[in-house]
Formats: sequence, C-alpha cells, structure tokens
Amino acid sequence: MNADDLARADATAIATAVRTGATTAVAVTEAALARIVQRNPSLNCFTAITAERALATARSVDTRRAAGAEQGPLAGVPFAVKNLFDLQGVVTIAGSRIDAERPPAIADATIVARLVAAGAVPVGALNMDEYAYGFTTENSHYGPVHNPHDLSRVAGGSSGGSAAAVAAGLVPLSLGSDTNGSIRVPASLCGIFGLKPTYGRLSRAGARLFATSLDHVGPFARTVADLAAAYDTMQGPDPRDPVCAERPVEPAAGELRLGASGLRIAVLDGHFAGTGPAAAAVANVANVAKALGASRRVEIPEAARARAAAFVITAAEGGNLHLADLKTRAADFDPMTRDRFLAGALVPAAWVIEAQRFRSWYREQVLALFRDHDILLASATPCPAPLIGQEMIEIDGAMVPARPYLGVYTQPLSFVGLPIVTVPLRDPGPMPIGVQIIAAPWREADALRVAWALERDDVTTAMTIDC
Amino acid sequence: MAERSFDAEAYVDAAAALIGLPIDPAHRPGVAINLERLAQMAALVMEFPLPDEAEPAPVFRP
Repeated sequence: MNADDLARADATAIATAVRTGATTAVAVTEAALARIVQRNPSLNCFTAITAERALATARSVDTRRAAGAEQGPLAGVPFAVKNLFDLQGVVTIAGSRIDAERPPAIADATIVARLVAAGAVPVGALNMDEYAYGFTTENSHYGPVHNPHDLSRVAGGSSGGSAAAVAAGLVPLSLGSDTNGSIRVPASLCGIFGLKPTYGRLSRAGARLFATSLDHVGPFARTVADLAAAYDTMQGPDPRDPVCAERPVEPAAGELRLGASGLRIAVLDGHFAGTGPAAAAVANVANVAKALGASRRVEIPEAARARAAAFVITAAEGGNLHLADLKTRAADFDPMTRDRFLAGALVPAAWVIEAQRFRSWYREQVLALFRDHDILLASATPCPAPLIGQEMIEIDGAMVPARPYLGVYTQPLSFVGLPIVTVPLRDPGPMPIGVQIIAAPWREADALRVAWALERDDVTTAMTIDC
Repeated sequence: MAERSFDAEAYVDAAAALIGLPIDPAHRPGVAINLERLAQMAALVMEFPLPDEAEPAPVFRP
C-alpha cells in the first residue's frame, strides 16, 4: 500500500494488510501523521498529535507480528479521540481553557484502552465544543473545526473534530460522545458513519462527562464494517462507570451480512416529518425507506416535549457539573457556552424532576412502538452544514437560532437512549446529510445490519474528500 | 404558560444569590435570555399531565 492507498483504506483493510505483512503498522502510522500535519491546518481537527506514542505503539504491533504473536482485530489502525477522552500523558482539555490547566491523564479512558489492546494506534486528540455543549464545534479557545467538504461551513458538533478527521481521510476511525446528538449531527454534516450505542452500553470511564443522565460514547468510521469492528472491541462491563450495563459482549460484526432481512422497518412521522428547509432532508429518508421496501409510517407521541425535557436536564446537569468554576472563573468559559451553563446552574428542581419523570413515561411510549417494529428511520439533521458563524436559520418564514435547531431530530431519541447509526446519503447534493437508523434498546446489531445493507446496495456511502 | 411572563433577570439575581453564584453584570442579560429559553422548554414539560406512578428515570442501586 502506498500513502494514497493508506489514506483511502478503511480500518478493516489496514488491519488485514498489517496482519498479512502487506504493510507495517509503522508505515501506516507515519503516513497518517504526515496527512495530519499537512491537512490539519486548514481543518483544525486536532488539538494534540501524539506522534511519539503512536510510533512506539506501531513499533510494538510490528514487533509482535515479527515474533508470531496473535494480532488484534485493529492491528495498526490509526485512530484519534475527541479531546474529552483521557489519553495517557495528554491533558484532557474537553474543549476548555480551564481544563487545560489540569495535569496530563495518568491512564487511557476505558474504550481507548480497549482499542489499543486490539492493536489500534492513537494518533491524537480532536477539537470539540467546550465541555460538549454545542452542535457546531465553533470553539472560541481553539478555533472552529472546518467542514472538509466546504471549509466555510461547520463540521457539526460537539464531536466536530472527530467527524471531520474521518471525512478528510486523516484517520479511518475516531471516537466521540453524544448527549443530545453530538455523534449523529457531525456524522451527518461530514458525510460519514457514526454509532451512538444504547445508553449504558459502552463505558464512559475516563471521558469528561457533560450531562450524565444522557451521556453516551461511540465511534465514527467510513464503513459500516469498521464501525461494527470498533464497537465490538469497545463493548463490555466496566465497574469504573456506574451507568455502564453489566451485560455480556454482544458482537455485531458477525451479524452484518444478515442485512435488513426479517426486520420490520418504519419511517418516523409527526415531529420528524419536517417542513420548510427540513423537507428536503426528510425526502431523503423516504428514499432510504423505499430502498428498504418500508412503507409504514409511525409516530412517537410527544417527541417535541421529549426534546424540551432533554434540553432542561442537559442544562441543569451541565450547569451543576461546572458550578465550582462558574462561581470563581466564569470569564474563562467559552462565550459560546458560558451563559447557557450559568443559566443551567439556576434551573429549579421542579423542572428537572418533572423532566426525568416525563422521561420514564416517554420511554414506555417508545418501547411500545418497538413491539411492532425493529427499525425506525428519521433524518439525522434538518439541513446540511450551516456556515461558520451563522446565527439564525429560516424555518417556515420565521428566523430561529441555527445551532440548537441542528439537534431537533436527534434529541428526542437519545433522550431514551436508543441505539442509532447515522448513515451518509449517496449523492446528497453539494453538502452531505445523514439518516438515523434507530433500533430498540440493546439492538445495535439491527441498526448496523440495516446500515450495512444500505451500504452494500449503494444507497449510502461515506462522502470523503481530499482537502 | 405562566413561565413565559416571569421576570428572568429578577429570578437570576435571586437564585444566583441562593446558591452563591456571582453573575458578572456583563453576563447577566445573556443568562436571563437563556433562562427564558429554558422556561419555554420547561413549560412544555410542566404542562403535560403525568401519572403519579411515573418515577424519575435514574435508578440508584445501593
């Protein structure tokens, strides 16, 4: 494999090439680091590049192979992480200036350690909205992440660096977090695959939390097989995260080839039906449904209220988490997040408790839908990427704030922790946009099977670009 | 929808004092605007009738 091949290769192809000796982990890592150094200045994805550790890790992968030792499923695969995940020896800044004063992390986050144990090579940390509170990665401290498909537009957020790095071919695999849409929104706006697993499926230990009631972690990739391989590697209980479920590993990779057969699929209506600028996005969902032979439409009751409840819980938990710093050094917060955190710290208990009670009620409504359906479809975002700095967007003749609007279709679903794969549409127009493949709790494999079938049939494909 | 007509700046001052959170006068208008947005969202939740059996979602396991 030459450097160009490596830039285009997915994680599965790289690991196969490393295992068979067609290339070495060091060669793959050097090529990835060279691409990052060359292209990151225009994208602003990376906040730290761990070249020394990456090369040392790659050398150890190659040494193990030379000694005939068993190779992990991600042998030699470069990956990078949203900068809220602990990377040993790197300061976990979580997009903030305040956390940049912390000492370097003494150990990797649990899911980072699991990827490394599988042979993957950590090459750096990625830009994000401060403390994950945003959908656009317009970070005032570290600068905005630029969308690889149009550098004047946002990459989405809060895991914007994670999505842009994969879409631009800097790494085949990255990690992000999703509290209200922070994996699914940037995956949609950058044209790649993202998986937000079931709430509690993957350990969040060693990841800087935002709103613990809603925080999830998960991978980004350019193929469904890579998404499944990374997800399978990261599964398993973890006593360091009280939310992480004590469930056995349920591998999904082996089920992909079952495709969509036997799954009952419907399109989400009502709140997700979309009007105004969202009409085009929702038409995309109809095309995906048609390709899957799905004609049923169903409605989740009170989805708009669910979004509101998620909004309240997020603000209150985020505000409380950062209360000590808000009291003593509010001016050091990003102006993009500061007033929202301050307001969140003042939310009355009645609102939060009611929102959490509503969450239980709403969960029952959602679970009832899954008695008759296995997969639900909805647009991931109501529109492609807005411009960097764009404050407002017109919806049905009214101007509304653009940034929170990006989460209108993701928030009501993460609110009850459903596993969701965002798939990028093939030929969406000049800018990418994605569709959410939504499964029942703990049925990540169903969503990945449908995504795999759509990829196989050329309905969805990662929209990657050299820039 | 009583929440929409509440005096957000007065609430900010009172609630911030209660929890010992100083609000810089330069930040106060932005905080009040965000509380008004939160109040609009919360109104959607608060107006919805829930059965007494609906417990808060998080479960603590000792």
